Amino acid sequence: MKPMQSRNNFKRGLAAVAATFALIAGAAVAQEPIKIGSFLSVTGGAAFLGDPEQKTLELYVGKINAAGGVLGRKLQLVAYDSAGDAEKARTFTKRLIEQDKVDVIVGGSTTGETMAVIPLVEAAQIPFISLAGAVVIIEPVKKWVFKMPHTDRMACEKIFIDMQSRKFSKVALISGPGGFDKSMRGQCLDVAKKYGIDVIADETYGAGDTDMTAQLTKIKNTAGVQAVLNAGFGQGPAIVTKNYRQIGVTVPLYQSHGVASKDFIKLAGAAAEGVRLPAAALLVADSLPQSDPQRAVVVGYTKEYESHFKSEVSTFGGHAYDGLMIAVEAIKKAGSTDKAKVRDAIEGIRGFMGTAGVFNMSPTDHMGLDLSAFRMLEVKGGNWTLVK
Amino acid sequence: MSAQFTQYLLTGLTVGAIYALVALGFSIIFNASNVINFAQGEFVMIGGMATVSLIAVGLPYLLAIPLAVAAAALVGLALEKFAVEPARGASVVTLIIITIGASIFLRGLATIIWDKRFHALKPFTGDAPITIAGATILPQSLWVLGVTLAVVLALSWFFGRTLLGKAMLATSHNRLAAQLAGINVRMVLFLSFGLSAALGAVAGILIAPITTTSYDVGVMLGLKGFAAAMLGGMGSGVGAVVGGIALGITETMSAGYLSSAYKDAIAFVIILAVLFFMPSGLFGKRGGERV
Amino acid sequence: MLARLASPRTGGLLALAVVIALLPLALTNKYFYDIAVLVGLNAIVCVGLNLLIGYAGQISLGHAGFFGLGAYGSAILASRYGWPPLAAMLTTTLAVAALAYLVGRPILRLKGHYLAMATLGLGVIIFMVITTEDKYTGGPDGIAVVPLSIGGFVLQGERIWYWVVGALLLVAVWLALNLIESPAGRALRALHSSEVGAEVVGINAAEHKVMAFVISAVFASVAGSLAAHYSGFVTPGKVAFLHSIELVTMVVFGGMASTFGAVVGAAVLTTLPQLLAAFEDYEMMLFGAVMMGTMIFMPRGVVPSLARLFQSRRQQPSSGEGSGT
Repeated sequence: MKPMQSRNNFKRGLAAVAATFALIAGAAVAQEPIKIGSFLSVTGGAAFLGDPEQKTLELYVGKINAAGGVLGRKLQLVAYDSAGDAEKARTFTKRLIEQDKVDVIVGGSTTGETMAVIPLVEAAQIPFISLAGAVVIIEPVKKWVFKMPHTDRMACEKIFIDMQSRKFSKVALISGPGGFDKSMRGQCLDVAKKYGIDVIADETYGAGDTDMTAQLTKIKNTAGVQAVLNAGFGQGPAIVTKNYRQIGVTVPLYQSHGVASKDFIKLAGAAAEGVRLPAAALLVADSLPQSDPQRAVVVGYTKEYESHFKSEVSTFGGHAYDGLMIAVEAIKKAGSTDKAKVRDAIEGIRGFMGTAGVFNMSPTDHMGLDLSAFRMLEVKGGNWTLVK
Repeated sequence: MSAQFTQYLLTGLTVGAIYALVALGFSIIFNASNVINFAQGEFVMIGGMATVSLIAVGLPYLLAIPLAVAAAALVGLALEKFAVEPARGASVVTLIIITIGASIFLRGLATIIWDKRFHALKPFTGDAPITIAGATILPQSLWVLGVTLAVVLALSWFFGRTLLGKAMLATSHNRLAAQLAGINVRMVLFLSFGLSAALGAVAGILIAPITTTSYDVGVMLGLKGFAAAMLGGMGSGVGAVVGGIALGITETMSAGYLSSAYKDAIAFVIILAVLFFMPSGLFGKRGGERV
Repeated sequence: MLARLASPRTGGLLALAVVIALLPLALTNKYFYDIAVLVGLNAIVCVGLNLLIGYAGQISLGHAGFFGLGAYGSAILASRYGWPPLAAMLTTTLAVAALAYLVGRPILRLKGHYLAMATLGLGVIIFMVITTEDKYTGGPDGIAVVPLSIGGFVLQGERIWYWVVGALLLVAVWLALNLIESPAGRALRALHSSEVGAEVVGINAAEHKVMAFVISAVFASVAGSLAAHYSGFVTPGKVAFLHSIELVTMVVFGGMASTFGAVVGAAVLTTLPQLLAAFEDYEMMLFGAVMMGTMIFMPRGVVPSLARLFQSRRQQPSSGEGSGT
């Protein structure tokens, strides 16, 4: 069993008893651990998000503790598997707040889960750092809610800017069934006009679909399409990419940051060549110039994760890293785990270098990333490369 | 226009062939035991995932595939032995719940033995698309179609020509009579789980190079296979194949000509419509209810 | 009077009321209250579904669809169009009842597995519509729902909800028990044993099946509306096929044709994932194993199996089968 088996009820019961004795004995209350709560989609359709996120949190909580903890106190991770189910996320969040009495919550792999718990964290007044994508999480700004990943709107903008520079104006959209896919589709349709992009075909595919040639054939036969954008994550985009090559669509294919991991190239194989997508620098850690200020962070995280879990990094795990580090940074700054102070400290984070980019939080921006945090990548020779 | 139609047809056939294999698995078990085995999709998953991991340790396809199929068949036999057999005589709904429990159990087991990530499998023979009448098809799709055809032929030989096959068929027609005729009904039941697990695994291996595979790939394929089996008429081999192909083609045609967002809904509306007019599916057994 | 109190029906209802009244002693924080409310809501659905599955002998693999329609109907009317929540709930319930009646007629002509398929298909279609029409439903990310307010009084907080849901559960159980004991209920049970037989003695099988279907849909819809207001958020997860399966499992797990069994099934299967959360990676496997194990060793469900065990200990099994009404 893992060392940070924090969910074990029995152990927690023992810990509670121990804590009571400690109080009676008048021992230092300061030795109580700082509790980081989390709920992640470790199983279910979004498991490929939740799995690296959970691993990252466990790995780094262990590392921080080994280095002496925070404010002289150990960190304790309390994590639950919400399986992509908003109802479960809500219940587990209640459990984190009421039962486990955590100090800060870092979690929420998907937008649906995140949105479902926002009323709870707002009412309980507890800082919550979400790891989900959609822009609705932080727009309008909610006092206690922050988020780590770039928004889907930024991804659309980054892609459209790249399309503009390649003189594309007529674009086809194909998107999946999930919350991420639908939300990104909506955002892209919203901002397309701003970049002079016309969306002239708009197709979707279903959960667990095994073949998208029908939708792509339709797009192929739509006159004037200059590029295709696929909003989606999981296996869908890999199948889209393979089918795309199979039926011989020749215009460039863009994917979203939802497939920003080596896994995508592995799954799509040779068909992935030439695919472009916006992603954090994490994916191209090794090819960043030595002078890049982000290099140290992303190379460090990559080495740590890959040597520990023997599997490749994804930007998703990176978001969990950013969330945990920002929470820790804020607790250090606040000098306590007082929830209001920690919240203020998170809001005051400036110039914090994470795997996703530089975070500059403010009272009006609870994500703190700008478009420069995104890099346009292209698959070349079976690897991600920076588009110059 | 016609190239487009051909493309939809080819795609529908490939998808439908997979549904057909899964549906056949449903039908075989249903015939032997009257159980709808909701863990059928998990056999598909085990086939794909086991092959991926065997290839990863360096086995060639020729060795990995039979081993993966055998592994799935063993799981099928174990399912019958340890979950279905002890519950003999339980109501149909109870048995359904047991198989649903089994499917959750197997999925959970898969996350521990393997992982929760998606895995790709190399196509058996390259992935250069083949052009047919303006439409394209992957070599792997030909494998899917060819193997499905071979499986269907083999099954019809098995049920029509071999003693064991005939015994299984007899059991499905009348369990008591079969037993009186000296057929070991319990053995038939046992073997039917192994056989349909093997079929599911074959489907899972064939499709993995096209769609990738993961621990929960069986959920949707199981659901679609069930729908296909019902459309064709539960318990009918021909029905399972026709139902699978029909469902696959309906889906791709709906996606191509109507609405890709509603293609699954359209497929289900058509299934409902068929059931309203043919309450036992296209090829199902008809006849009055026993009082 | 005393005899009436001692009858399993009134006695059971009384016992349930006592459990609901005393449970708060064990609920030491809001999280426990939350679980209790979820149990109550699921139990209401299951009590209704049990009328269909346990008594009329008709399976439904699409009841999450009705639950979802209730939840989304309330969410859309009350939150998007600003209707008073109670009016929204009432309208939604009537609409669901009408829908269930309309589709129930043709669907319930199907038998056994074909009925399972048809109800499953119905659930899938409802699910597809809800995830696709994101303009109204918010799509896969779901939609926020206003709190339930009744004439200026806002129902908020786990404790108030606990009492409301507890009371409604009692009403639901009372309704179900009365229905089962009524002539219509006896007709339903006759259907279960033999549809043709029931027809022969003059029972209009189709009409009674549709009635059970509509009632169970209404229970699900009301619970859905309440769940939406309580959670303050609905996502399509509650409409999905897996939720339908969960509901059927609760009914069968607790014991078919046992109203209290349905309540117990809902309670066990709602709390089980919370207990298993401690096992991390093994959670899913254990959940499946518990499901299989219970059904293998107690094929009639927990409540009837235990009741039987209890009865046979007290006395030699008397004639007939002890049903755990």
